[in-house]
Amino acid sequence: MMLTVLILVPLVGALAVAFVPRAQVRPVGLAFGLASLAYGLLVASRYDVDGGMQMTETHTWIEAMGVHYALGLDGLGLMMVLLTVAIVPPVMLASWKESESPEGRGARSFFAWVLALEAMSLAVYTATDVLLFYVVFEATLIPAYFLIGGFGRSGRGRAATKFLIYQLAGGLILLASVIGLYVVSADAGNPSFLISDLAALDIDPVTQRWLFVGFFVAFAIKAPIFPFHTWLADTSEKATPSTSVLLVCVLDKIGTFGMLRFCLGLLPDASQWATPVVVVLALISIVYGALIAIGQDDVLRLIGLTSLSHFGFIVLGIFVFNATGGTGAILYMVNHGIATALMFLVAGFLINRTGTTLISQMGGVEKHAPILAGSFLIGGLAACGLPGLSPFVSEVMVIIAAFDHHWLVGSVAVLAIVLAAIYALWMYQRTMTGADRTGVAPVADLDRREVGIVAPLVLALVLFGFFPMPLLDVINPFVHDSLTSVGISLEGGPQ
Amino acid sequence: MTDFVKPSIDYFELSPLLVVFAVACLGVVVEAFFPRALRYRAQVVVALVGLVAALVGVVLVARAVTTYDDGAARGVLAVGGTVAVDGPSLFIWGLVLALAIAGVLLFAERHLDGGVSAFAGQAAAVPGTDAESASIAAHREHTEIYPLMMFAVFGMMLFPAANDLLTMFVGLEVLSLPLYLLSGLARRRRLLSQEAALKYFLLGAFSSGFFLYGAALLYGYAGSMDFAAINEAVRNDVGSSSLLLIGTGLLSVGLLFKVGAVPFQAWTPDVYQGAPTPVVAFMAAGTKVAAFGALLRLFYVALGADRWSWQPMLWIIAILSMFVGTILAMTQSDIKRLLAYSSVAHTGFILVGVIGLQTSDQLADGEITSLQAVLFYLATYGFATIGAFAVVSLVRDSGGETTALARWAGLGKESPVVAAVFAFFLLALAGIPLTAGFVGKLAVFSAALAAGAWPVVVAAIAASILAVALYVRVIKVMFFDEPVGEGPSVTYPSVLTATTIAVGAVVTLVLGIVPGPVLDLAAVAGEFIR
Repeated sequence: MMLTVLILVPLVGALAVAFVPRAQVRPVGLAFGLASLAYGLLVASRYDVDGGMQMTETHTWIEAMGVHYALGLDGLGLMMVLLTVAIVPPVMLASWKESESPEGRGARSFFAWVLALEAMSLAVYTATDVLLFYVVFEATLIPAYFLIGGFGRSGRGRAATKFLIYQLAGGLILLASVIGLYVVSADAGNPSFLISDLAALDIDPVTQRWLFVGFFVAFAIKAPIFPFHTWLADTSEKATPSTSVLLVCVLDKIGTFGMLRFCLGLLPDASQWATPVVVVLALISIVYGALIAIGQDDVLRLIGLTSLSHFGFIVLGIFVFNATGGTGAILYMVNHGIATALMFLVAGFLINRTGTTLISQMGGVEKHAPILAGSFLIGGLAACGLPGLSPFVSEVMVIIAAFDHHWLVGSVAVLAIVLAAIYALWMYQRTMTGADRTGVAPVADLDRREVGIVAPLVLALVLFGFFPMPLLDVINPFVHDSLTSVGISLEGGPQ
Repeated sequence: MTDFVKPSIDYFELSPLLVVFAVACLGVVVEAFFPRALRYRAQVVVALVGLVAALVGVVLVARAVTTYDDGAARGVLAVGGTVAVDGPSLFIWGLVLALAIAGVLLFAERHLDGGVSAFAGQAAAVPGTDAESASIAAHREHTEIYPLMMFAVFGMMLFPAANDLLTMFVGLEVLSLPLYLLSGLARRRRLLSQEAALKYFLLGAFSSGFFLYGAALLYGYAGSMDFAAINEAVRNDVGSSSLLLIGTGLLSVGLLFKVGAVPFQAWTPDVYQGAPTPVVAFMAAGTKVAAFGALLRLFYVALGADRWSWQPMLWIIAILSMFVGTILAMTQSDIKRLLAYSSVAHTGFILVGVIGLQTSDQLADGEITSLQAVLFYLATYGFATIGAFAVVSLVRDSGGETTALARWAGLGKESPVVAAVFAFFLLALAGIPLTAGFVGKLAVFSAALAAGAWPVVVAAIAASILAVALYVRVIKVMFFDEPVGEGPSVTYPSVLTATTIAVGAVVTLVLGIVPGPVLDLAAVAGEFIR
């Protein structure tokens, strides 16, 4: 029941927010966000690092089709659950004032949709039935759609529509493969959607490849990976930074999560068959994402596009098939979540102050708002992998793994470090340093609420930069299990 | 010369059918003998009570029917083998009756248009004449619509239960004729409505002609109208196969016209746009259910052994329907026409399930069958459609319903609840999880893929992606576009329409979250009997 409760806390919160008196909307919403965080930590404290899939619960849902309401938590799931519950309270706090603006449609719908999105994401990360996964996977889109379309800048309706159509298209492609798995299991005599049942099947290679294509395309749209990334820039530009944090840091991780869970977990042969293509796509994403990020003038669009590069790293780590890469990829998912959240939120504070999103119209912030500039710098440095901050660890692991895979792959991936330094530092230079903007009052520094949001994120970046071991302890057993089941020898592991 | 044998009529098993027929006749009597002032109330009560009684009858019969003949399926062949009361029949009867009850509620709505129904005050008055103005001034209304609807419901029940070609034809006609009439009875935009009725009638008459010709050819082939006998003939490959093929083709034309499959879809947009919205709601849901019931019975029972000849045809028609329906829907600027084309696309999706026919020995234990999938899909589609059209009837301006999509901009601000409910129905039609439409799609796609029809499933997925773009566009218009001019206004309905919408929404939600019971019901319905 632990995991059901984990999903129910924010879900009940969403309903509560929808009905409480207007003045109580935000405190109640935040209370449920914090309650989810506390409960998530409780779940984590009960988690046994060597226990494999645990806290499982299985109930028949649709008997006629072998669908179960089945939840379970493993190392990968736990990482994602913790990331999700930890990101939501800062996002709520960051939107404390904006969500009341006349542009948006009130705090009530913002807080309710955020909590609904949290609940659905938690369900995605704990589902152990493919159809349940699919259902909640699609269900995350509706809150996301209304968050993008209801809050943010003009043109958001169009961006929201583009987002939804892209995502639903990916979802339907996924549906084809999900049904395909069902038919395979039915042909084997036991129609079922349970991952444990499906993993036991011996699927013939040709079928595996077709199913793989469906899964991979859907997750590549989600993640996003080149050439399925075009929704990302528009969405992150038009949505509020808070929404973008939820999308990029929590929701998009479903893509790489799905690759690990389904592509590697259920279709190992096909995953290895597809490795060359996937690795190339990942490398293109890494380099191309960084290159077009450099050229952006809109700070939110820039941050959004850096994620394309980062997701390239994560996918690369997953598909080089060794323990270092796998562990690095999962660690990267967490670190990227924290670092990008920091960048987006600080950029949001900056935009509130300057009233523009265009980098070319900013400047001279450093002198007046050192804390703001400092936290923006830390986020940028984290993104380009400065040692001492947590993304460094994961990036190095993925790059080592890439060199292990092939020297050429590794050397292309290394390029990204240089490019990341360019986009991060150049953005910092243009927005924060230089002369004051003429005719505009100097920018005020972060207030206490904003410092309260930024500080834990910075702390986490530093802490996990020096002590990644607690995370690795959870991730390593999962990677070990999943790679052994794929049939990869585990030489060259991180320990 | 054989002696004439009086057929035994199984009154109990046929009771739902007989009740509806009796209520229809009673409605005519009420029309003749009740004073005008009382007719509306009397007709609504008679119709509702009759439908509820018939629904109870369906439940009782369903509990009572025993296994038939070889024991694989349950049911009774009634009236000398012309009407099959079996699981699928009963399921469809129940569904049609439930939709008809919702339909009567919509027919009876008088709150939306200033105290009169959506039907013409006096159909015989030529539009634009003094006679029409007089009928409007006198607040006249036709109460014949209720008995007409009951006859249509009777046809919708007989059509899928018919076990020979002639009975099926009778069912087809009894179902169609009242609907032609009802389509022409709109109170507003009467010329459009009459045009719709005429188009529907002419094309419908043609398609009936095709059906009858096909029935004749199939009789020539098999020497019998009876489905079991046709099945025997097909199995033993007697007679000329060209007669069989042409006959099958012509029968298909008749049936595919009724379900609105491409290339026989041309009537749908005009009729859906012109006919009174309550009629469209009832017709779109009910006709589709009944006609698919008949289609399934004809293809599975009579022609099942010959499925290698008709399956390729249905492959093509399914793919065409999905794409043509979806793509043309995207180009529409009128919400009723948009929903009409979307119903064409849904015909295609249901046909995907029909294609998935497999014999029971090809299926794993507990795997979903094609019949089960199609029946479930029909249930989900029926309720979402009737609900969606009911919502359409609420959005109005001074000239009646506002069906231009552009005028729906800003509905989400004007009336968030109505916009949210409509968005929910659209998401159900798009097949988004946690709505019934998703489980329906999942079921038919699974059945078709299990039967190896993967190209059709791939096409269906592609069409679904297009369809998503279509429905999301409407949602965007409602929620995120700025209203033009005075903006849309929502007239709040009486409890009648509100009930229909609420039932539609609740069924769509519940079937999306706990589809188990209805899927099981469709499984218990079992197979057709011969």
